[in-house]
Amino acid sequence: MSVTREEVAKIASLARIKMGEEELDRMVPELNNILDWVEQLGEVDTAGVEPMTAVIPNTVRLRDDVVDAIPETSGGRREDVLANAPAAEHGFFGVPKVIE
Amino acid sequence: MTEFTNLGVKEIRDGVAGGDFTAREVAESFNAAVAAAAELNAFIVTTPDHALAAADSVDAKRAKGEDLGIMGGVPIGMKDLFATKGVQTTAASHILEGFTPQYESTVSQKLWDAGAGMLGKLNLDQFAMGSSNETSYFGNVNSPWRKEGANAGMSPGGSSGGSSSAVAARIAPAATGTDTGGSIRQPAAFTGICGIKPTYGRCSRWGVVAFASSLDQAGPMARSVEDCAIMLKAMAGFDPKDATSLQMDVPNWEAALSADLKGKKIGIPKEYRMDGTDEEILKSWEQGKEWLRDAGAEIVDVSLPHTKYALPAYYIVAPAEASSNLARYDGVRYGLRDLPDGAGLQDMYAATRAEGFGDEVKRRILIGTYVLSAGFYDAYYTQAQKIRTLVAQDFAKAFEQCDAILAPTTPTASFPLGSLNEDPLTMYLNDVFAVPASLAGLPAMSVPAMVNSDGLPLGLQIVGKPFDEQSVLNTGLAIQQRAGFDAAPEKWW
Repeated sequence: MSVTREEVAKIASLARIKMGEEELDRMVPELNNILDWVEQLGEVDTAGVEPMTAVIPNTVRLRDDVVDAIPETSGGRREDVLANAPAAEHGFFGVPKVIE
Repeated sequence: MTEFTNLGVKEIRDGVAGGDFTAREVAESFNAAVAAAAELNAFIVTTPDHALAAADSVDAKRAKGEDLGIMGGVPIGMKDLFATKGVQTTAASHILEGFTPQYESTVSQKLWDAGAGMLGKLNLDQFAMGSSNETSYFGNVNSPWRKEGANAGMSPGGSSGGSSSAVAARIAPAATGTDTGGSIRQPAAFTGICGIKPTYGRCSRWGVVAFASSLDQAGPMARSVEDCAIMLKAMAGFDPKDATSLQMDVPNWEAALSADLKGKKIGIPKEYRMDGTDEEILKSWEQGKEWLRDAGAEIVDVSLPHTKYALPAYYIVAPAEASSNLARYDGVRYGLRDLPDGAGLQDMYAATRAEGFGDEVKRRILIGTYVLSAGFYDAYYTQAQKIRTLVAQDFAKAFEQCDAILAPTTPTASFPLGSLNEDPLTMYLNDVFAVPASLAGLPAMSVPAMVNSDGLPLGLQIVGKPFDEQSVLNTGLAIQQRAGFDAAPEKWW
């Protein structure tokens, strides 16, 4: 299976990466080389094989249902959360206008 | 006077604890060595004050007779993939340039709590994607090694290339690495040092910039097996902030180290004898078998029939997870924002990501986006995850016959920077021997075996059962004692 230039442009758009003509020209054969190579996985008979979901058997833990159980990942840290924002305004993330 | 920069983790820790020298003296020596090695480009930022402050704290504790911690007085390099509070963390990308974490990663915090200090943040392949340290936004890392009689800059391996370069050049006694598909082991092999990727889940991923979450594991890189055992203990342990963290006790690997392999079986996977593998690598593998026999082990043949499919499966699974993980870089919450005049939100995302990501990162995001897209998901992603199951089952079967597996770490020695840039696929093949253990989440280590006819180091890889880092380290120790690898790069920087 190979991808066309239009398909690569579509994928780039889905991935929200702007790509110029020149970059697309370069990317198409590179991606096709990689996709041709991974094609060989089709040779493997995987009938009845379960796709891996957890690499090391592990159980999903439940923690007590309390507020701010782990301080570093809990609330009340607005300043920290905004500290690296390119455009923090009035305690929020600033973005370009999305509704006309 | 002791040349402190030649000392490893254990020697520094024990020397400081025993009063032979102070932690401050050690930190000052390494700070100076780091400052004098700018040509290696191993560090993105240096943090001499952090190293000194940690050293002073250890010296003060010693004066008061307090416990110094298992890394007490050891200054280390921190791969710039770990979030460090107040110190820029970039993953070697432009999109995170200037990002200053407001929190500390679990692994780095544990190291500081164990008495270690930070020399600086180490360069790497951008978002840990690469095998030569040539994808960093902050420039290539140079290996301290060169071919005999040549001046061409050599690759330190990747993605933990800053780590491998710094430790091999003796400007850091040890460094953190992360391994998604060989990123600790391959650079360790290229630079003649040791590096271990523990069982998936041993080291918390909290605060580590995510690449492929089901594969990413942190581990230590140092110049001896003992030093790796010490540092791994400091890094490992259960963390409620990582849902995949193993809720298990951390063994005292250092105390249980033993190079006596009597009664142990070491498996030799026949599928690792691949076309294109360097003759000298095959020779080092043979030598490794001899060393392990000499240590009392029985060598047995094992089969890992899906080995050849591991690498292509990895190049579906890892990019798929990367495309999802890297969706967070949107120019809104942190990092770079590129907002062209009059652009809306969607244009801002696309411009920011075009500007902020390097070529290899874009390539992998596109591959990942494609294999996860409607209509292709089952043919690519589900098939790859099934093959991942088969690769893991191969190992489980092999481990019914042996306690650990011995294989080369890489198919070739290091190569000159710039020599493999033409074709991404050729670069990927570097990790052909490293990726299977990653897909199966197994502990795996590289230890230096010898130098080849060009004077470049070659590594041997040991893969163990889940949670059995001890057998991996012990087998590594048996090799280390017999290899007597004491070659060091000649200083040119």
